[in-house]
Amino acid sequence: MSVTEYEALPDVPDFIEDDSGSSAAASVFSLTDLNVYYAENRAVADVNLEVKEREITAFIGPSGCGKSTVLRCFNRMNDLIPIARVEGSVRYHGVDLYAPEVDPVAVRRRIGMVFQKPNPFPKSIFDNVAYGPRVGGMKGNMEDIVEKSLRRAGLWDEVKDRLDESALGMSGGQQQRLCIARAIAVNPDVLLMDEPCSALDPIATGRIEELMKEIQNDYTIVIVTHNMQQAARVSDRTAFFTAELDERGDRRGRLVEFDETSTIFSNPADERTEAYVTGRFG
Amino acid sequence: MRGDVFDPGSLQKQPGADRPGQVFFGLISLAVLAAFVMVGAVLWDVVQGSWDISTSRMWGFLTTSFVSNPDAAGVAQGIRGSLIIAGIVILTFPIGIGAAIYLEEYATDNWSTRLIQVTVRNLAGVPSIVYGLLGLAVFVQTLKGLTGGDSVISGALTLAILVLPIVIITSAEAIRAVPGSYRDGAYGLGATQWETIRTQVLPAALPGILTGTVLSIARALGEAAPLLVVGAAGFYTTGNNDFLEQMRGAFTALPMNIATFTKEPAAIWRGHAAAASLVLLVLVFLINLVAIIGRARIAKRLGR
Ligand SMILES: Nc1ncnc2c1ncn2[C@@H]1O[C@H](COP(=O)(O)OP(=O)(O)O)[C@@H](O)[C@H]1O
Ligand SMILES: [Mg+2]
Repeated sequence: MSVTEYEALPDVPDFIEDDSGSSAAASVFSLTDLNVYYAENRAVADVNLEVKEREITAFIGPSGCGKSTVLRCFNRMNDLIPIARVEGSVRYHGVDLYAPEVDPVAVRRRIGMVFQKPNPFPKSIFDNVAYGPRVGGMKGNMEDIVEKSLRRAGLWDEVKDRLDESALGMSGGQQQRLCIARAIAVNPDVLLMDEPCSALDPIATGRIEELMKEIQNDYTIVIVTHNMQQAARVSDRTAFFTAELDERGDRRGRLVEFDETSTIFSNPADERTEAYVTGRFG
Repeated sequence: MRGDVFDPGSLQKQPGADRPGQVFFGLISLAVLAAFVMVGAVLWDVVQGSWDISTSRMWGFLTTSFVSNPDAAGVAQGIRGSLIIAGIVILTFPIGIGAAIYLEEYATDNWSTRLIQVTVRNLAGVPSIVYGLLGLAVFVQTLKGLTGGDSVISGALTLAILVLPIVIITSAEAIRAVPGSYRDGAYGLGATQWETIRTQVLPAALPGILTGTVLSIARALGEAAPLLVVGAAGFYTTGNNDFLEQMRGAFTALPMNIATFTKEPAAIWRGHAAAASLVLLVLVFLINLVAIIGRARIAKRLGR
């Protein structure tokens, strides 16, 4: 698969024997009847989906439909929002992530996250990348870990001579790749990315997309994006969410359709999906 | 499309277009000037009043105790007391900073937490003499066995409680101002809550916390009223008491010295009051300086 072509529509290889659901690829996550509440407001209702190993899964949909909320269930970041409550099951390799004996800190060491706005720490570039391994008590040569992670994120050549400088002096695109390097440094299994390119220019966006393609053989990636072309370019599967008004007039997010990206963009089953991907959403 | 023909003159500066802005600028300039004049007047008064002592026997003034002969009297005891007070107050800062961490990072946001926050805010506004009465009841009388009664320990602890709300409020505000994205980043990498606080929140909040603590020390060093209530002396005599005995015995501090000098009927003592004020100002200034240097070093480390 080419990593430098960016067509308007996807050039996703056919999944010959894959009939979504009966696939050979193992599930990393399975969501069953997931409901997320913020205080009394049910922000996400009845989501069921599977994230396959070593695939890029994209969440698309209008803003406020609960994409970030669902994403934060995968590494229990919703725990940090006191009013958030999660119902239903979130299984990671079969383990219920919300079981009482599960340590959210251990979950987050395996399931890394990259945020919408690049959020480097006010520390040196080196210390940013070394942060996760240090708090995680990782053994090994820190210089090697940092170099490997920065190389992986395609940032090494740009920063190798200024590792001691503050990360806050980098460009936005570099900062976001640093955040990816920082996430990779703890050797995670999954990378969750919440609109990682929304604050970046097209060139920086292209580099992040290339990077995702390069690392997808080693990581399972879930990316939230409101850029449909981006979903089409990078992802294997796409979940389309939408928000509808509930009986109280609050917006409630629902999963409308989840399928191979090529199907979602060329032959969606639901007319709301079709309206959205063809730009006729209203 | 505006539809009208472009008039080059419309881009020219119009006289008086920004009149309100200019008036505002004038007013704030005046305010700054007034502040400078007032500070200058205080400094002038102090420097001029202490001129005789500063130029003739400053060292002696700093190193001798209070005696009834004006030509020999000094403030060594006051300096000593004020330094001990500053030291003890600094030792209690972790309590205030810890309370702020608890309120901001651990306590859930419910009515009892809010009640505590409101109470702390109100305590910051309680007149200092009231803290003196508290100190008298608690440290001088109830805990006499530990503090030795009206000792420098009692005085310092009273002042520590006086500034505790200030330390809590300023620290809490500094902690609250730490961007949530630092916390998210740390948690997202598998840091525990304590690791997040220790490695992200506290370093980022430290400059603000330092500012609050310095203001608190300055406040504690300047207070005379609570010390008066807990029984500080204007001066005292010590025999050959060792350090521990002195900590639990009679004490004084620079504001007490200033008050004592001012109450003396003979005019010559006005100079002593001014000189003691100068010493106090320099002491606070030095503490400020240490904090400013500390702030700058932290800011540099954080890359800002
Ligand atoms: N921290 C929060 N507190 C309360 N409500 C929230 C919070 N985060 C999100 N919501 C609500 O949940 C809904 C879904 O939000 P979100 O998951 O951010 O949507 P998306 O990422 O698709 O734009 C929105 O209606 C939003 O107002
Ligand atoms: Mg979002």
